[in-house]
Order: sequence, then structure tokens, then C-alpha cells
Amino acid sequence: MNSKWRYGVTGISVALKSVVLLIFLFPFVWMITTSLKTFPETMIFPPKLLPALPQWSNFVTAMQSGPFLTYTKNSIIVTLSIIVIQMLVMIPAAYAFAKYKFRGQHFFFALVLLAFMIPGQVTFIPIYLMLADWGLVHTLWPQILPFAANAFGIFLLRQYFMQVPSEIIESARLDNANEFTIMRKIMVPMSIPALATIGLFSFVSHWNDYFWPLVMTDSTGVRPLTIGIAMLRETEGISNWHIIMAGNVVLVVPILLVYLFCSKQIVKAFVYSGIK
Amino acid sequence: MASIEFRKVTKSFGDSTVIKDLDLTIADGEFTVLVGPSGCGKTTLLRMIAGLDPQTSGAVLIDGKDVTQIAPGQRGVAMVFQNYAIYPTMSVRENIEFGLKNNKVSKEERTELVESISATVGLSEYLDRKPSTLSGGQRQRVALARAMVKKPSVFLMDEPLSNLDAKLRIQMRIELIELHKKLGTTFVYVTHDQVEAMSMADTIVLMNKGVIQQEASPDLIYREPNNRFTAQFVGVPPMNVAPLGTDGAHFGFRPESAVLTRTPSDAWFRYKGVITTREMLGSETIYQVKNEQFTFMIKCYEDLFTVDEHVYVGVPVEKIMLFGADENRIPREDPRAADYLERLRRQGDE
Repeated sequence: MNSKWRYGVTGISVALKSVVLLIFLFPFVWMITTSLKTFPETMIFPPKLLPALPQWSNFVTAMQSGPFLTYTKNSIIVTLSIIVIQMLVMIPAAYAFAKYKFRGQHFFFALVLLAFMIPGQVTFIPIYLMLADWGLVHTLWPQILPFAANAFGIFLLRQYFMQVPSEIIESARLDNANEFTIMRKIMVPMSIPALATIGLFSFVSHWNDYFWPLVMTDSTGVRPLTIGIAMLRETEGISNWHIIMAGNVVLVVPILLVYLFCSKQIVKAFVYSGIK
Repeated sequence: MASIEFRKVTKSFGDSTVIKDLDLTIADGEFTVLVGPSGCGKTTLLRMIAGLDPQTSGAVLIDGKDVTQIAPGQRGVAMVFQNYAIYPTMSVRENIEFGLKNNKVSKEERTELVESISATVGLSEYLDRKPSTLSGGQRQRVALARAMVKKPSVFLMDEPLSNLDAKLRIQMRIELIELHKKLGTTFVYVTHDQVEAMSMADTIVLMNKGVIQQEASPDLIYREPNNRFTAQFVGVPPMNVAPLGTDGAHFGFRPESAVLTRTPSDAWFRYKGVITTREMLGSETIYQVKNEQFTFMIKCYEDLFTVDEHVYVGVPVEKIMLFGADENRIPREDPRAADYLERLRRQGDE
């Protein structure tokens, strides 16, 4: 092949990738630099990318302008509880769908898939009314319970479990292992990449969730970080973008950390093919 | 140690019945091989013993006790699978001791058992390795060790050697015979390979389409087959069988029972043909000898003939077997036998 032509293709490819990278990265960079600007710097026109002097105190200001310790604690409790409960529900469910034969199996699996397709915006009013009925509105439960079953997770994990050869499970049964032991000692260790992926997706979506806590909470004591940061806007007027961005950076840091530690597992989950 | 008994056992998968009203007793301490073409129900029988696919009706007894209601892990059986079914996330040691842990065996005893078993099968150096770093033969040994360590009263093996290369398979065959001798436990072994069955079994149970064709020692199965299916399933190459030309009856003889000559013989059954293929296997040579009527495989221990040569095939009367239209063997005492044999002799004169 003509080498000139090949260089041309490589060049276009690199250029396109750079554009995409810029589109994804720029808002992120803008958030970080804004979080370090002074108030006048956020206002000047034309805007400057970098602050003259990084204002680390913005973070302190942000954290002090509301009960951020409570917000952070709520976010952590809610997100971790969701992940733990989801795992407890998802693993046995996926195991049953993948490796058992029972009456109504297809029907119940269809229900799971159906649940997967219904957006939260459709169901939030009845769910809110139900939880209010149960007197749970002023607790963290309305943010946790509706997510106890992760339909997408059950679906993904079932596909993964189906790849585990039945002989391995039969072998374990002959080794006198009960179903709980089989899940804990065989299915789960064989599915770490899938579980890590599902856990991470779940973490990101619930840590970042804004809509659900917005409609489910009505008091400071149960609000998560996302709501707390959105409220910076109201407490400080409309223009304190440097403080809001500082809050956003704080919000994003845990996700970056988790991604940093799990990226290898996630890639593995997508390329993992066949278990031998 | 335990005997195994099937009483009027039927197994259906959905609408299809694989096994119907089967009765079979597997003797205590014997090496029994269930053999037959794929889909004959041999693996189904094995899985019923293990309790992995319980029978649809009838009873399975281990050591005289009906085990229908007993979970697989409580039956005192161990199974080796064709694909080994080793737990991939556990080390060799964890694989071997998994069953012991589930049975609440103490740590000291576990360690002792694992060490002694792994020495027996030659895995001592690999105890801390992950299965993915082991060769096929080593994985097979892990599967064996995992079965042995539980000291089961019945060993079930489902084509355990079919994933190994030919050389290793022959070696493992010998090791399994020795292992059986050493343990003295009941072995039930499933294979589709009649050579494996012949070489290892005390008793062969030959099956076809869910029905037991014959249950006997390897030499009886070979020398006195009950029916045409058995005659043509065992032996390499299998028995030569051709129609007699009357009553739908057939006659047959083993490839090594015939004699090849260059001059006409006065053997009971004889025909003149041409050698169409020659397979030189070292100690023996297999010729395919054809004429308009017959195509038979003939096994010779001397390599005297060449392809396209015209030869005479002769079979002595005592080596000829007769089969009726129902495919069952016709014994010599049967009134039809003399007539059929006479027919066969006259055929050679024409």
C-alpha cells in the first residue's frame, strides 16, 4: 500500500480522536480550572482558561457553606448500601436464571428485562407515595430501597454465569457444597470482572444521581452530595461558579479514584471470553 | 465399597424417553465400563447414580439402599468429568480439599489427606499452582485426586481420558487399572471407545439406544457376542458380517479368523477376491479383500500380500457366527444352524 496514503489515514484518525477527546475533556478541565479561580476571574470576558493564582480556599468555602459532612455521609451510606443490597439480590437471582430450570422462568426473566426498560421518571410518584405510606420519607431508605434489584446487573451477570460449565457446579454438588457455598466459592470468584463492572456502573450512577434524591428528600439530614452542591447556587446567589465548581470537583474525585483502581477489571469484563 | 442396582429405571427428557425399564446390577469393587455409541444412555445412567439427573421412575440403589431422595453430595460417590470440571479460581490444594471442607473435616486431617493423595497422583509440587498453569494430564490428575480424597464408595468417570492425547491416554489407562487395584472401590466408567472398555473393564455393559445389549467380561463380549450389534461394536476392525441370503439371517467372522492364501483352500467358508487396501500397522497388517459379493477386512500377522493381488479368503467352521433376522446370535445347537452353515459351505463351491 502507498505509504503516503497510509500516513494520511493515520493523520485523519489522530485528528478525529483528538477532537473527540477535546469534546469529552474540555468541560472537565473547565470545571477544574474554574474551581481554582477568584470570583472576578469567572466573570471576565473573554474568559481565561487558567486562574492567575490557584484559589485553594474555594474548596474550604464550598465545604463550609452547608452541612457537607452530612451530605457526604449520606452519599456514602446510600451508594454503598445500594451496591451491597444489589449484590445480595443480584447474585442469587442471576444464578437461578442461569443455572436452574423452574416454572415461569421465562416469564420472570421477561419481567426483569421489562423493569430494565422502565425509566425511574415513570415510577417515582407511586414509589414516593408508597414509601410515604410506610413512613420512610425522612430516612435514607427512599434513596436505597427502590434500587435493591438491579435489572441490568441481573441480566449481565446471568449471561456471565451461563458461561460457567455446568459440570463445575455439579462437581461442587458432589463435593457436598450447598447452593450458598457454590455461589460464594465458585460463581462469585469466577465472575469478579462482571461484578466489578456492575458495581462500578451502579456506583457512578447512584453517586451522581440528582433526580431521584431531589424528588425523594425534603430535609437537609437525608440529602446527598449532589443536592447539596446544587443548593450552593441558591444559598450563594446565582454567580458563585467558582464555589460550585469546587463542590463538583469534590463530588467527582471518588469516581475518578474508583475508576483508577477498577479500570483493569472493567476492561477484563468486556474482553473476558470463555472460562477454562 | 458398594454395589449399585438399577430397578425398572426409566428416564425421560421432556417427551423423549432415553431409558425404559432398565434393570442392571453393578458388582461391588468391580471396574465396570458402560460403553456404547453416543446417545445410547450411558452417561444418563452414570448421572443417575450420582444423583445429578434423577430417574423419572424406578429406583437406584447404592449398597442396597434406595438413594432417590439423597442429595448428590451425600451419596458417597465421586465423579470425574470429561472436561475435568476443576474450580478455576482455586489452587490445586483448594480444589482437592473443597469436598473435605464441606464435609467439615478438620484442618490437620485435611492437610494430611491432601499431601498423601497428591503424592499418589504425582501432584505434590503443584499444590499451590492455579489450574490454568497445568497441562491437560495434570488437570486430569487434579480431578482424580479431588475424587479420591473423599474416599468414596463409588467412583464415577465420564469419559475422563477423551481430552488427552493418544500417548497420555494409554498411560492413564494403565494408571487407572492400577488405581482400581489399589483402592478396591467400585469403579463405573463411561466411554464410547471400545478399546478403553476392553482394556480396563472387569465387566463391560454394552448399550445401544437405551437398551443393554450385553453385560459380560471383555473376553466373553469379544468371543461370544450376543447379537450383531455387539459383534460389530467391539474389535478393531469390527466383525465382518454379511447376509446369508435366506430368512434375513447373517453370518460373521472376526478379521483375524480368516486365512489368506494364493491358492484355493478347502476352508468351510471361502471366496476369491482382490486386495483393495492394505494397512500395515507394525505387528499386523489389515487387508480389505473384495469381490462382487463380499467386502471383508482380514487381519494377518505377516505382511505377505500387496494391493491388487488376487487372494483366497478362508474361514474355518468353528470361527463362523450366525445371526438371525432379529439380529440375535443363533447358537450352534439351534436347529437352523446346521442348515445355514451348509448353505455357507456350498456358496464357496459356486
